[in-house]
Amino acid sequence: MSNSSAPRTLPIARRALVAAAATSFAGAARAATPDPAIVNLPDWSQSLGDGVQAHPYGVPSPFEKNVVRRDVEWLTAGQQSSVNFTPLHALDGTITPNGLCFERHHGGVAAVDPDRHRLMIHGMVAKPVVLTMQDLKRLPRINRIYFLECAANSGMEWRGAQLNGVQFTHGMIHNVQYTGVSLRTVLEAIGIDPRAKWVMAEGADAAGLNRSIPLAKMMDDCMLAFAMNGEALRPEQGYPLRLVVPGWQGNMWVKWLRRLKIGDAPWETREETSKYTDLMPDGRARRSTFVMDAKSVITSPSPQTETAPKGRMVISGIAWSGRGAVSRVDVSLDGGRNWQAARLDGTADPLSLTRFYADIDWNGQELLLQSRAQDSSGYVQPSKADLRKIRGVNSIYHNNGIQTWLLRADGQCENVEVS
Amino acid sequence: MSKYPKIIKKLFWVLLIAYPALSAELPVGRPPLPAEIAAWDIDVRPDGTGLPPGQGSVKLGEALFLERCAACHGEFGEGAGKFPELAGGIGSLRQDRPFKTVGSYWPNSTTAFDYIRRAMPFGQAQSLEPDQIYALVAFILNLNDVVAEDFVASQANLAKVKMPNESGFYDDDRDATERGFWVAAPCMTACKPEAKITGRASAVDVTPESKTAPKME
Repeated sequence: MSNSSAPRTLPIARRALVAAAATSFAGAARAATPDPAIVNLPDWSQSLGDGVQAHPYGVPSPFEKNVVRRDVEWLTAGQQSSVNFTPLHALDGTITPNGLCFERHHGGVAAVDPDRHRLMIHGMVAKPVVLTMQDLKRLPRINRIYFLECAANSGMEWRGAQLNGVQFTHGMIHNVQYTGVSLRTVLEAIGIDPRAKWVMAEGADAAGLNRSIPLAKMMDDCMLAFAMNGEALRPEQGYPLRLVVPGWQGNMWVKWLRRLKIGDAPWETREETSKYTDLMPDGRARRSTFVMDAKSVITSPSPQTETAPKGRMVISGIAWSGRGAVSRVDVSLDGGRNWQAARLDGTADPLSLTRFYADIDWNGQELLLQSRAQDSSGYVQPSKADLRKIRGVNSIYHNNGIQTWLLRADGQCENVEVS
Repeated sequence: MSKYPKIIKKLFWVLLIAYPALSAELPVGRPPLPAEIAAWDIDVRPDGTGLPPGQGSVKLGEALFLERCAACHGEFGEGAGKFPELAGGIGSLRQDRPFKTVGSYWPNSTTAFDYIRRAMPFGQAQSLEPDQIYALVAFILNLNDVVAEDFVASQANLAKVKMPNESGFYDDDRDATERGFWVAAPCMTACKPEAKITGRASAVDVTPESKTAPKME
């Protein structure tokens, strides 16, 4: 990225805040008494720590025990058809650790034995095929980093600010590197009927979740993935096989994938009619709203992060788009009246999370923090008000409106809505 | 003649053996047997494709529903706890609080068959026979006044049932109706006169605790 080299300053922020902030810089601080963290030798500097096999599969430091997926109990009837949320407030960079990727199940986590798992591809094809996991691992392999966002991410916020934490307002997203097989490789080899236009993907779970996906998308960039971030898929992410549908709503990324059926029309399954359709103010509903619109959110500071000290502050956030790469992110400190370009850092690949930063000096006055993404198609993330003007408040899905955090004088953030 | 062509020919074969070309055929897998396809081929489309032979009446469906479904969906499809409502709400989709059910929202009766067949009862998936599924779909349609009490759903007639919200859907039109969101140069300064707080999540107070470790069960 051209804008990932030198840090950009925030001129307006500086003009407004730098004078009062000057005396609180860490460099200006003086200690009155010696710091116990320095002068008292801690245990870990004297006695031996754990040996190499204390954790054959490594786990985070116990001091990070609160960095976990969380659910919202009142949201669903039970745990087997529910959702939990990625702790975005505690993460940085762009890759989501496997154990923190949000979960959404419709019949619980299928405990699939990979030796007994099969993928069947049939329907309008010349040569229907059954593949074992071993078969799939003998086909040419690719690695791709993609975000996966649930279409209902931020869906609880349509009527106004409701959940006080970015984990809950935006945590139905993750971004990992997938290893697997390009579907084009497989489909081209089995002779697709030229009249075919759609593919039904079906899971092996107790919901038998099924979705129709345009054949053109399948041929373009979809993957049969068996690994994420270098290791086998986690059971809750579809072990041993999941469909990857880059840039499109997460519900289509069928987990525990057992079957692909090629056809000439969509199946209009429960998941693509009664759910994942967007009810509009006129009482009709949009269907086939597959692409995830450009979106961004500030992850720190946010309501779940620690109290922010005055002085230098890193505003950190994520941006993504289902239409391409994130081309810019702007940050506002005054609720969207004025904007400054943020600095993009790390990968800015198409259909993948991008990390942005804005470095400011904070004098302790209230700020209304917002971020706004633009993607390579030119689409600019809209305000919630502009979104509601078109879609009303009952469409559940695709809420990509600009999020506002109120940073209070006490250093804590709140989820608010602004005019 | 020159001996080179022979060498080149030899080299060609050596290379071919060392680096065999990948054929366009799928080099792995096997064709599924008809019995294998039949075992998994449970999907149903709106035109009725995939519906198995069989039939079931509203009356039989009611008995079965009370036994297998009512614990979650309520005796009249009204829903229990947070489990989905199946009946009612017809005409409510424009209201401030729309009520989406099989009767008020679902565009196809066949989708109910496909879904029940693959996923219901919750936790006992694929345990119902086709006749039972026809009966349950008939009962749910009757709960919604879509079919009469004497209706018998079958392979022949289910796809012909006209659903109240059949024409309530249209394809994604965001690229056209939301064209205004594509902006060459987004506003950077003085974009609105003021930004006043109009709502706070803290006033709603429904956020789970997240600064302590969650309880484990």
